[in-house]
Amino acid sequence: MAPFNLAPLAGTLGYDLVFLLIGVGFGAALEVSGFGDSRKLAAQFYLREMTVLKVMFTAIVVAAVLIFLSSALGLLDFSRVWVNPTYLAPGIVGGLIMGVGFIVGGFCPGTSLVAASTLKLDGVFFVLGVFGGVYAFGETVSSFEPFFQSTFLGRFTVPDWLGLPYGVVVVLLVLMALVMFWGAEIAEAYFGAGKSWKDIPLIPHSRARIAGAGALIVLAILTAVLGQPTVDDRWGWIASEGDRQLGEREIFVDPAEVVDLKKDMTLRVNVLDVRSEADFNRFHLAGARRIDLGDARDPAFVRSLLGAGDNTIVFVMSTGESVATQAWKDLKAQGVLNLYVIAGGINGWLDRYPPSPCVAQKLPGNAGGDSLGWRFVVAVGDRSPSAHPDLARKEYVASCPLAADGNGTAEAPAHDGEHGAAPAYTKRVKLQKKTVTKGGCG
Amino acid sequence: MTSKPPRPYVNPYVGGALLGVVLFLSFYITGNGLGASGAIGHVQVAILGLFAPEHVDRVAYFAEVGGGSRNALDNAGVFMLLGTFLGGMLSGIVNRRFRVETRRGPNVSNRARWVYALLGGAIMGYGARLARGCTSGQALSGGAVLSVGSFAFMFAVFGGGYALAYFVRRLWN
Repeated sequence: MAPFNLAPLAGTLGYDLVFLLIGVGFGAALEVSGFGDSRKLAAQFYLREMTVLKVMFTAIVVAAVLIFLSSALGLLDFSRVWVNPTYLAPGIVGGLIMGVGFIVGGFCPGTSLVAASTLKLDGVFFVLGVFGGVYAFGETVSSFEPFFQSTFLGRFTVPDWLGLPYGVVVVLLVLMALVMFWGAEIAEAYFGAGKSWKDIPLIPHSRARIAGAGALIVLAILTAVLGQPTVDDRWGWIASEGDRQLGEREIFVDPAEVVDLKKDMTLRVNVLDVRSEADFNRFHLAGARRIDLGDARDPAFVRSLLGAGDNTIVFVMSTGESVATQAWKDLKAQGVLNLYVIAGGINGWLDRYPPSPCVAQKLPGNAGGDSLGWRFVVAVGDRSPSAHPDLARKEYVASCPLAADGNGTAEAPAHDGEHGAAPAYTKRVKLQKKTVTKGGCG
Repeated sequence: MTSKPPRPYVNPYVGGALLGVVLFLSFYITGNGLGASGAIGHVQVAILGLFAPEHVDRVAYFAEVGGGSRNALDNAGVFMLLGTFLGGMLSGIVNRRFRVETRRGPNVSNRARWVYALLGGAIMGYGARLARGCTSGQALSGGAVLSVGSFAFMFAVFGGGYALAYFVRRLWN
């Protein structure tokens, strides 16, 4: 499914050629629209010619309709499409500065390149200026780094912001663009052609334009009616591969491997614990974060996982494996990378790294599976060496109700928190890089 | 070739639709939008690296792109940049607009136009890096995938342009 994973092709001629050809299309589309002519671009700011607005917004709505319609039809996985992360304040200040550069210089970087390629000397000088500006930014950014990194909102779209479905926002965007085009035509007739108000037709009459506008509206409404794929739809796309991975236990990671990965300073290990709050308070892994199963379908939560760096490994765990497996399916379907389940869940973990007998005792028989196989006397949270076997620490127990004398004040029995040498295990974690790491402009 | 007048530009809505389809294909195939300024940054670091490689290693912002053994030009965006240049040139040749000239307002000399273009380019380059993208990378690509920051950016660009347009009207009118 699109977008295609081009990462394995990186460095080959074919890979470079794909981007080269897209660039050729981009440059040609800008040139035939007149974006190589600085006068045409500057005229936008005197309302004489609204070419910039018309071309840009037509391109945005056409692309948006095609993107979200293909997503609705299950042809394009939008979660793997790069969305420029929002840094609100530097974006707005940078935009204002660019507006100034636009009206003074008559281009933006892409259009100046097209102008220079057709031997327009003003375009050549502008490109040289851009090089200078980009260089100056690199030299000075360290002096205002906090501002440059401020107001970060991550992958944040208008539908997220308004709380509306994508399709509805696409319909609204198309309507907004059509109103702007209508205004642009009137502005051109008044400021550009110098017509008087009464000679300007207020009702659009060009059949081609009405047909184009109608087609956009119909496709946008179709996008809204179809709706974006649900989590279950998305699991359906990958179910065969996902079920195979589950069946062959490829994604179930031995606790010892988790411990080893936590020791690796270049990695970020993110443990999501899908259990009740009470169980979580009794015992959980150091650094674990408790979630409900429903959170795995919460867009805001999933977005935070998708925004994590390429060196992040996400582990899901529950008491046994079944709840964690369900959460794994949901998160996997939504495109979370480097996602694994801790084999055996909390029960398996405690069997491997048993806590002090003052804290918990294993229930007799073959208790376990999806119910907790240990009886905790006190809730220790992560204050037990079992919660962080990567750090060797002594157990701290103020009182030991389970101690032999039974009065709860005896000293803790020897439990040095050492869990012996790491047992052998089959390595499961293979770090994957995101298909999309950076925007074209990044 | 130069004797015939250049062909007219296409209808802006048709040009915009073409651009939109290219943008969609870019997202569909690569998962990424279009852009220019980021790749310009890569080329700039590569040029700087020819003259002062130690300086590239020392300044964090440059080192990220081309420090140490990194090749600043080994970037998909650089190929897109090259393609944009070629595409513009091809279209210019086909439409008989490939000729040396300076496009300027009626009341400024060629030399003044060049100075302003250089100055505007520098301002634009600086702003584009601050905003993490140019008009194409932020406004166009981010707008098509409905990024909030891209829309805020877009309105800021138009706001900045309209706010200053009156004061520099002699440049263009």
